Amino acid sequence: MKTREELRAIRERAREALAVRDSEGGPRVVVAMGTCGIAAGAREIVSALLDELSSRELTDVSVTQTGCRGLCDREPMVEVIVPGKTGVTYCRLTPQAMRRIVADHLVNGQVVTEYAIGAGPEA
Amino acid sequence: MRELSLHILDIARNSIEAGATALQVSIVEHQDTDALELIVRDNGRGMDEDSLRHATDAFYTTRETRKVGLGLPLLKATCERCEGALDIRSKPGEGTEVRATMRLTHLDRPPLGDMGKVVQALACEAERTSLRYRHQTNGKRFEIDTRDLQKELGNVPVTDPRVLCWLAEFVRNGILSTGSKA
Repeated sequence: MKTREELRAIRERAREALAVRDSEGGPRVVVAMGTCGIAAGAREIVSALLDELSSRELTDVSVTQTGCRGLCDREPMVEVIVPGKTGVTYCRLTPQAMRRIVADHLVNGQVVTEYAIGAGPEA
Repeated sequence: MRELSLHILDIARNSIEAGATALQVSIVEHQDTDALELIVRDNGRGMDEDSLRHATDAFYTTRETRKVGLGLPLLKATCERCEGALDIRSKPGEGTEVRATMRLTHLDRPPLGDMGKVVQALACEAERTSLRYRHQTNGKRFEIDTRDLQKELGNVPVTDPRVLCWLAEFVRNGILSTGSKA
């Protein structure tokens, strides 16, 4: 049972980290959330992503959303943008694949080519 | 859409795309009159009469703006299949209210599904669009507002993934505590 007390505990833990962390310009994960994305399972992708970021305490990664990207048959899709690197779009994701992308791409800097449809702003 | 909560996520995404700074989602279960109401209200840019008239037409979509598409027609079909209706009110510059009704115990009514994850997904945008979620079953109410949470959190953002994971479960528990049967 989640309670307000637990929220306060999260706040206290997060505050300690805030002092040392530079919150500007961290990696971003943009989840496609058009009707097509939602019907294909984008909500479960967001949930798996947040769960993985939370348990690894990757609090400098921001999660944002966008509409239909025009490739409805390849949903669910996300774009992973690491500052200083070209963005990578991943498609036909499952929650497990999303968790792997967090570990391989965001933590270890390795693109998960299996799910990538292209890299760079022109892709 | 397999769950009503996914329809709600879809409709609420329209509000965010329409530039809303405040979003309200309400679910009301009237077990006595066997009715279920889903309401999504925003203060976004709204629609003019012409757009409003065509909003539930699947083949009317302004590709440049992507204001409408399949989302509302799909929800309308679900409402009508379950002896309910879809009602949209909107004023340019003021906002939009989408109200979906259906018979609570209708055999074809999709389950409400995981609203915790929907609130969590919408709260990712809380810095741009605040969210107030209300769930009422008969007289019993559960309510949460990302602006109140932010006050409680101080300089820790609502969008911290640990806060969002807490939020999903808090909402699921809150809905159960009202005696929801949706």
